[in-house]
Amino acid sequence: MRKKVLEVQDLKVSFHTYSGEVQAVRGVSFDLFEEETIAIVGESGSGKSVTAKSLMKLIHDPGEIKPSSKVFINDANILEYNTKKLNEFRGTIVSMIFQDALASLNPTKRVGYQVAQSLKLHTDLSNTEINTRVLEMMNQVNIPAPERRIRQYPHEFSGGMRQRVMIAMALINNPKILIADEPTTALDVTVQAQILKLIKKMQVQNKMSVIMITHDLGVVAGMAERVLVMYGGMIVESGTTRDIFYNPKHPYTWALLNSVPKLNSDKSEELYSIKGSPPDLLSPPAGCPFAPRCEHRMGICNRLMPPKYSSEDQHTVSCWLMNDKAPKVDLFKRIEVGYNG
Amino acid sequence: MSKTIDNQVDVYLEDDFKFDKNVSDDLETISRESLTYWQDAFRRLKKNKAAIASCIILILMIVMTIIGPYISGYSYTEVDPMARNQTPSAEHWFGTDSLGRDLFARTWIAGRVSMAIGVIGALVNITVGLIYGGVAGYIGDGADKLMMRIVEVIGSVPKMLVIILISMILKPTLTSLILALTLTGWIGAARMVRSQVLQLKNFDFVHASIALGSSPWRIIKKHMFPNVMSTLIIITTLTVPGLIFAEAFLSFIGLGIQSPNTSWGAMCAESQQMILFYPYQLLVPTILISITMLCFNLLGDGLRDALDPKLRK
Amino acid sequence: MAKNILEVNNLSKYFRAGKKKVLKAVDDVSFAIEKGETLGLVGESGCGKTTTGRTIIDLYNPNGGEILFKGKNISEFSKKEMLQFRKECQIIFQDPYASLNGRMTVKTIIKEGLDIHNMYDEKEKDEKVYELLKLVGLNKEHANRFPHEFSGGQRQRIGIARALAIDPEFIVCDEPISALDVSIQAQIVNLLINLQKQLGLTYLFIAHDLSMVKHISDRIAVMYLGSIVELAECDELFENTLHPYTEALFAAIPIADPDIEDARENMLIEGDVPSPIDLPKGCKFYGRCKKAIDKCKDVRPEFKEVKEGHFVACHLCD
Repeated sequence: MRKKVLEVQDLKVSFHTYSGEVQAVRGVSFDLFEEETIAIVGESGSGKSVTAKSLMKLIHDPGEIKPSSKVFINDANILEYNTKKLNEFRGTIVSMIFQDALASLNPTKRVGYQVAQSLKLHTDLSNTEINTRVLEMMNQVNIPAPERRIRQYPHEFSGGMRQRVMIAMALINNPKILIADEPTTALDVTVQAQILKLIKKMQVQNKMSVIMITHDLGVVAGMAERVLVMYGGMIVESGTTRDIFYNPKHPYTWALLNSVPKLNSDKSEELYSIKGSPPDLLSPPAGCPFAPRCEHRMGICNRLMPPKYSSEDQHTVSCWLMNDKAPKVDLFKRIEVGYNG
Repeated sequence: MSKTIDNQVDVYLEDDFKFDKNVSDDLETISRESLTYWQDAFRRLKKNKAAIASCIILILMIVMTIIGPYISGYSYTEVDPMARNQTPSAEHWFGTDSLGRDLFARTWIAGRVSMAIGVIGALVNITVGLIYGGVAGYIGDGADKLMMRIVEVIGSVPKMLVIILISMILKPTLTSLILALTLTGWIGAARMVRSQVLQLKNFDFVHASIALGSSPWRIIKKHMFPNVMSTLIIITTLTVPGLIFAEAFLSFIGLGIQSPNTSWGAMCAESQQMILFYPYQLLVPTILISITMLCFNLLGDGLRDALDPKLRK
Repeated sequence: MAKNILEVNNLSKYFRAGKKKVLKAVDDVSFAIEKGETLGLVGESGCGKTTTGRTIIDLYNPNGGEILFKGKNISEFSKKEMLQFRKECQIIFQDPYASLNGRMTVKTIIKEGLDIHNMYDEKEKDEKVYELLKLVGLNKEHANRFPHEFSGGQRQRIGIARALAIDPEFIVCDEPISALDVSIQAQIVNLLINLQKQLGLTYLFIAHDLSMVKHISDRIAVMYLGSIVELAECDELFENTLHPYTEALFAAIPIADPDIEDARENMLIEGDVPSPIDLPKGCKFYGRCKKAIDKCKDVRPEFKEVKEGHFVACHLCD
């Protein structure tokens, strides 16, 4: 049995704006085990990025993590940490890499300095030892000629290289958990492949757990063992990668999978597209967030939030269709709709 | 097959598990009311109490400059040697000056000149600036470089020097004063407009318009101007105080508006020698200049905040 | 050929990059598009696909080569002919936020083309706008609203309506779905395909997402650093990939299928896409190509037809 390294319980995050309270995350719970890679997949407005940032308590005013939320790492609720403890745990136990490496690096400081910072803050190593470690790290992330590169500035690096620098910074203290928030979305496809391969390699080497936030189902299929599908601030379905891709039970998951053309698909077949747009989180619907756009919507879906049902081991679905009273629906039966119905 | 994990509801309604066939066909509707950019900006401006107060005060001032000279019963030119240098009283609400003229009437006539110089001067500045900056920005390349070099040369000449020289050369009428003050003043507006136009040029909606077959003039008129408007309004409001003050300065050195016409600055100049004896003569125009400048500044700041789309929510 | 609506021969577009350096954004590119077909144009950042698209509809002046629309060279057009060209060739942009003027209502935006070309009278123009809104899946009520009130996908539709207003025949789709969510991308692609069938349009579809491009295109051209490296019919390109860059590109795309991902042999290219400013003498892909031979270093390969309809620029295929 693998050990649990992270447990999230009922995470709720809201943003207080001029128009009102935007409920970005509305009750998310999940676990993360040793040495596993999970993916949190969703589109804009699903709450996946906010969830990721909450795991390191990186939410600031006007955002608020509701007090009932709990994030347990090593049996301690990090949401209750004071600043000192937070600074100790960030970068050492949990690290994060972001989408835009250029915005995350300080343009006025040399790269070597920035990578070394994390070591300086959390260890007592001497300058020589730090330097050695930095060079070692740069080698591990496949940055060629590291002795020359550490003296350069971020703008002298290409997008892919910058992302590698971010990975070096994040992993230099050997964290147990790496959170990757859309790390390759801004990169070219060939560079993306390299970075994903690198993350996989480092995960195995450092025996880490990885949480991959993405909207790209292809990346999910290639990287993750388990997948959490988010919509409208909640997890609508979760399970192993094979469960989600080959046996999706939530209409949204199914729709998402069918919006992506397969490379060997029949061109005359229309792509399945979900009508409408993601929900307004200022006044979220009372029932299931996906109900307004769902082809299989029932009366209760508009009225009440569906509970979490489990089918097979580890495969959970929040959908009223799973209720014993619901009619049996075969999601794989093709639904004939045009682009504007 | 399915087993629930979380809490479950006990009471189900009759239609709960029947398919909801009401296709919500208006998945594309927008529920919130429509607000134009200007309506939204006005709404935000209303929340800025300082700006609204300034606006009201300025409106009152302008009304006073129009009707003020008539309500005191005295004319601003009427000289009364018997009533010289009187302190404010029931007869002369602001007192009289060294020639016995009613200061209340004079103050508001002077206000006309100061405000006119401020507002007209600002409008001239931005009109010239708009055209110059707009053309330079839109054409770009060589023409832009040349035009900006000219701007830099003009900008490097000390403004006050130019103003003084022009005032000495031309006869000191209202028109020539405005000319002197705006000869170098349009540069700031030109620079701002040019930089905005340069940015706007790269937006795809401009490319779309070109691809549809728009002429350059049409693009400038329909796409550039509206987007530059907000900057211009802000610049206008913030330029006015500077012009009022510049005119006051000119009056102080004797180059401003001449008798019998007067401006607040001229009144300050006249009365500053007698400050120890008749302080009220200096106080009144000074306070009015200060209030006007403050109000324009507060209004301008408020407008800048209200019109900046990035500050929305 | 009468059936080619567009022919591009040896097109080049350079930009100045500093004192003496030149950025060859489009470097000697040639292809033709038949009426009614969709040509996909793919490549990574810096490959010149967007510049190509915009040069074709005369948003940029080319530095070399010629563009023939319906057989006529567009650089020789009179003002009147140019206006007609603009009516027949339109473009859809990538960024739904920057491609609509935030100060104009949707009606004004869509109407602009009708105003410029003096089509219909005022009342008919309004009717046409409502018709177009319906055609792209929006409502009549949207006409008086402003862009900021719409979502990304809806704005793209407004952009499409604007392009369709003047009844064009050819549309350059410049990454129209890259900035949208996955489920919305499908909406837009379906819309474009349906419009093509309904109105007989011809598309140049520029994108970096190969799976979407394959779904909508008849033929695909792959670009790298300003040149087309391979061009073929969709299926042919995937089944008989000839150019090493194309191979690497396909190998790098993540596929939404766990079994396939597990089984794949990832043929990764090393290094990053080089800068398009100081280009090497020989093949531009030399240095990252795993199959390079000596000739590749010094001699630039010619872009030629090696099989019927299948063009490639690679010494290995000579």
